[in-house]
Formats: sequence, structure tokens, C-alpha cells
Amino acid sequence: MNTLAFSAIVAAASFCAGFLGSLTGLGGGVVIVPLLTLVFGADIRYAIGASLVSIIATSSGAAAAYVKEGFTNIRIGMLLEIATTIGALVGASLVAVIPANVIAVIFGLVLLQSAYLASKHRPEHATANLAPDPLAARLKLDSTYPTVEGEVPYHVRRVPGGFALMWLAGVLSGLLGIGSGAVKVLAMDQVMLMPLKVSTATSNFMIGVTAAASAGIYLRRGYVAPGLAMPVMLGVLAGAMVGARLLFRMPVRQLRLLFAGVIVILAIEMIYHGIAGEL
Amino acid sequence: MTAPDRAMPESDPRLQHAVGKLLRFGVLLAAAVVLVGGIAYLARYGAAVPDYRVFRGQPDNLRSLAGIVRSAFALDERGVIQLGLVLLVATPIARVAIAGFVFAFERDRTYVLVALLVLALLLWSLIG
Repeated sequence: MNTLAFSAIVAAASFCAGFLGSLTGLGGGVVIVPLLTLVFGADIRYAIGASLVSIIATSSGAAAAYVKEGFTNIRIGMLLEIATTIGALVGASLVAVIPANVIAVIFGLVLLQSAYLASKHRPEHATANLAPDPLAARLKLDSTYPTVEGEVPYHVRRVPGGFALMWLAGVLSGLLGIGSGAVKVLAMDQVMLMPLKVSTATSNFMIGVTAAASAGIYLRRGYVAPGLAMPVMLGVLAGAMVGARLLFRMPVRQLRLLFAGVIVILAIEMIYHGIAGEL
Repeated sequence: MTAPDRAMPESDPRLQHAVGKLLRFGVLLAAAVVLVGGIAYLARYGAAVPDYRVFRGQPDNLRSLAGIVRSAFALDERGVIQLGLVLLVATPIARVAIAGFVFAFERDRTYVLVALLVLALLLWSLIG
């Protein structure tokens, strides 16, 4: 296979990853690294570098559409970015000392966790009539979001717990070159009890900043190969933009299940090849 | 029903609008540069066999900020792609800076500090 055919196939696969990633709020990044290593035989460090820059595109491309819809809570995003950027710097620094096979196994385990979170039914919490949380109120985190019945208010809870989980999301993002969307959404919709759509949109909004924190380090270490990053970034970006536009018209729950199935298969492959020492 | 506790000021749609616009512009600009570099790259190396199996690391002119800018302006195809990727990395950084300005305009001291802290972390990563 020559470079032209290779680039076209990688771009097409990246398009699908970006499309499903932005619809499900999981980010295309979770499948980019397994795809590049297992299917296209790339070294895991090149794969992580390409994945990381594509994540910034997914996040910013989809976030631009979400911000216009009014779901994103920018204050919450900014506040929690302190936690995710510190975590991302820690994670990106760990890549130099952790062997590739160990990274592959950790990657597989994180993928399994993402798939589990994606397939699980998440209860929505009605927080409109709860008393405001004092810390959330002082940080002006409470807001409203648009629904078919108009603007619905929500209150944010348990900010320190959400902050801690966000730090972990940052470490995983920097170490594995993923957006950690699953952990970010978990921190917001299950720990801080925010509405799922607000959590998903704010997560997308934050992923770009988190990824940018580790991308600087990756770029300087030479982990970003232009010939590989180019089709990945363009494909993921196009897929994410189409996905964000179709969010209201798609059966998101079914797609989450489908995507979760793909992730499980890739996760098992990553763990197997990591233990077998083939990566 | 109690009135919604609108913690965000009325100026907030403007903040959201500005941030959304910036994200879109930055990403599209970056994508355009990567696309131009990519087309030139494929025109030149399209028939070669790609090899990403063995990790070698990129040469200095494709990994340092100064090296990337130099090779992009020398019209090296891979340098142009890297420049587009640097623009992509710069988009969320600029986004944090703009949000910081808007918070300053609203005299929201807490969130100016939040934005400055995130900005410092991002620049530290890029410059080392």
C-alpha cells in the first residue's frame, strides 16, 4: 500500500471515529490509537501523537456547534480545566517512563471502562428544586439549559469530588492520547449531578484544552508524525462536525451501544497484544 | 415554581458567541493549512510506502516551534502540516485567553484568576 491509499483509508476510518465520537460524547480519540496500532501497524507513540491533535479538532469542532446551542457551561468548564491540565501534564510526562506494552494494557482497561459507562443507563437528576450548593453558588456554577419545554434551571453539587475525578481524566488524557470524555462526563453528570446534555457539551468544550496541555509536550518530543496526523486530524474533524449537526436527529442511545461494542473489541485486542508484547 | 437562579450575567450570550466563533475560526484555519500541506505532501510522497512501525521520533525541524515555523515558510510539505497542527493546538489556548478577557470585562476576579492559571499551565507545556 502506498502513502496515498494509506492516507485515504486512515482518513475514512478517522471520519467514522470522529462522527461516532462526537455523537456519543466519548470522543473519537478512544478508537484512534487502537485503530492505528492494531489495524495500521503504527508505533503506539506515533498513534498517541496523531490521536492527541485529532482530539483538539474533535473537541473544538463539536464544541463550536454545542456552544451555539446553549448547553455548554463555560464557567464549570474553565474551573475544571485547572484540574484536567495539571493531570494532562503529569500524564504526558509519564509516557517517557512507562513501557509501550504497559501503556497498551492500561489503554485497554480504560477502553473497557468507557464502554461500560457508555452502555449503562444514566439517571438524569432533577436538581432545579434542590437548595443551591454553597461552593457552587459562590463560584456561580448554577445555570439553565434549553429543552423542548424551554430553559430549565439546574444546580451543581459536589464540586471537590468532580474536581478530583477531572484530575484523573487529565492524567489518562496525557498518558493515552485520548480525550477522556467518558470520565469527564461521569464527573459532571454523576458526581456533580449536572444534566447529561450539559455534561456532554461541557466535556467536549474542555477536551481541547486538556489535549492542548499534553500536545505541546508530545510535539516537542517528536511523537507527532505529520504524514500520519494529517489524515487522522482531517478525518476526525469532518466526522465530528457532521456528528454535532445531527445530534438531535440520531438515535443516540443505540449509537452509544454500537460504539461501546466496537470499543470492547478494540480493548480486548489492546490488552492481548500488550501482554503478548507485540506492540 | 421558583424563579431560576440565573447566576450568569446577561452578557453571557456574548461570551458564548465569541468563544464559539473563535473555536470555529481557529479549527477551520488549522484544517485549511493541514489540508494544503497534506495535498502537497501526497503529491510528492503519495507513491512512497508509509512506515510508522518503528518509532524514530521526528527531526528537530518538525518538533520545535521555531523549527516548524522555519520549515513551513521554506514550503517543506511536512513543515506546513506541522504548522497547521500548531495552529490547532493554539486554538484552545487563545480560547482560554479570550474567555479571561471577557471575565475581566465583567469584573469577575475569580474567573480571571482561573483563566490565567489555565493559560500559564498551557504555555508552560508548549514552551517547557
